[in-house]
Amino acid sequence: MAKQSALKNSGPRKHNGSPAGLRELQGRKKGAYLAPQLDRLIHERMRLGIVSALAANESFTFNDLKSLMKTTDGNLSVHARKLEEAGYIACTKYFEGRLPKTEYKLTAAGRRALENYLSHMESLIQQMRGR
Amino acid sequence: MGSIRLVPPPTEETPALHERAMDNLRYIRETMERASAFTGISGWGEVAIGCTAVVAALFAAQQTQFKHWLMIWVAEGAVALLIAGWSMDRKARSLNMPLLNGPGRKVIFSLSPPIFAGGLLTVVLYHAGLTNFIPGVWLLLYGTGVVTGGMFSVPAVPIMGLCFMSLGAASFFAPIAADWFMAAGFGGLHVIFGVLIARRYGG
Repeated sequence: MAKQSALKNSGPRKHNGSPAGLRELQGRKKGAYLAPQLDRLIHERMRLGIVSALAANESFTFNDLKSLMKTTDGNLSVHARKLEEAGYIACTKYFEGRLPKTEYKLTAAGRRALENYLSHMESLIQQMRGR
Repeated sequence: MGSIRLVPPPTEETPALHERAMDNLRYIRETMERASAFTGISGWGEVAIGCTAVVAALFAAQQTQFKHWLMIWVAEGAVALLIAGWSMDRKARSLNMPLLNGPGRKVIFSLSPPIFAGGLLTVVLYHAGLTNFIPGVWLLLYGTGVVTGGMFSVPAVPIMGLCFMSLGAASFFAPIAADWFMAAGFGGLHVIFGVLIARRYGG
């Protein structure tokens, strides 16, 4: 892959304090049953799919991710932007020949968020089985 | 005035939450499997298979007896299988994904039926004395398996399968040049598409 010029490396964006996922979490309704640490940012299906796919593969281009998730350009870019703003994924734009390409990678914060989400789901199942 | 109950009773919510959590875990696993199968095929593994196939084609072309020709290609098939298994396992490990749960399973399921059919047709054509058509059958059936298996993968894989199928179909019309078709298919196509996959999808 001949990356001729890097246009922009937007990387994980920094936040003062907590990422957007946690901010959403802090604003959640009280009394949500057994969901005290649920990260609502990746609880959404498409965003959960993007994070899971990037956890299994080092990187994906926008088009590959779109075909993998079987979604539209608009839908993918909206959800990818939310994850990028939360610092869960990093986006790199470059030219391959004359074609502009967008590549996504999972950040350490994104991997941690997925791990937390997985353990949250597992503990939820464990608690239900224990009843 | 009667009181309004805002929270649903836990007995109804409990199984729903449990099922949703299970469903989410299943979705994560399936997406990860799909993602790893997407680039699970090792490009460099294919290049290595292509190189050994070119060597096999050179040796096979020099054989005067069909049995020797067949033995060389069967041996090449076994070598290719080992290279494919090793390279995919290596790639799957680097992505922290078990081979037989992800890309490996899809490749095995999609390639086994056409390879079995190819083996059976080889025996039938050999007994019918139509050995000239065996390379065409192999290329055609291998291409079929690659197209069907490649539907889960990057676009380069099904395109490679279609090229194999075209070569197989062409070789039925020029059975004398069968060794060239074998070298071009199992050698050339594997090397070309292997380099493409390796450069574009990392290894």
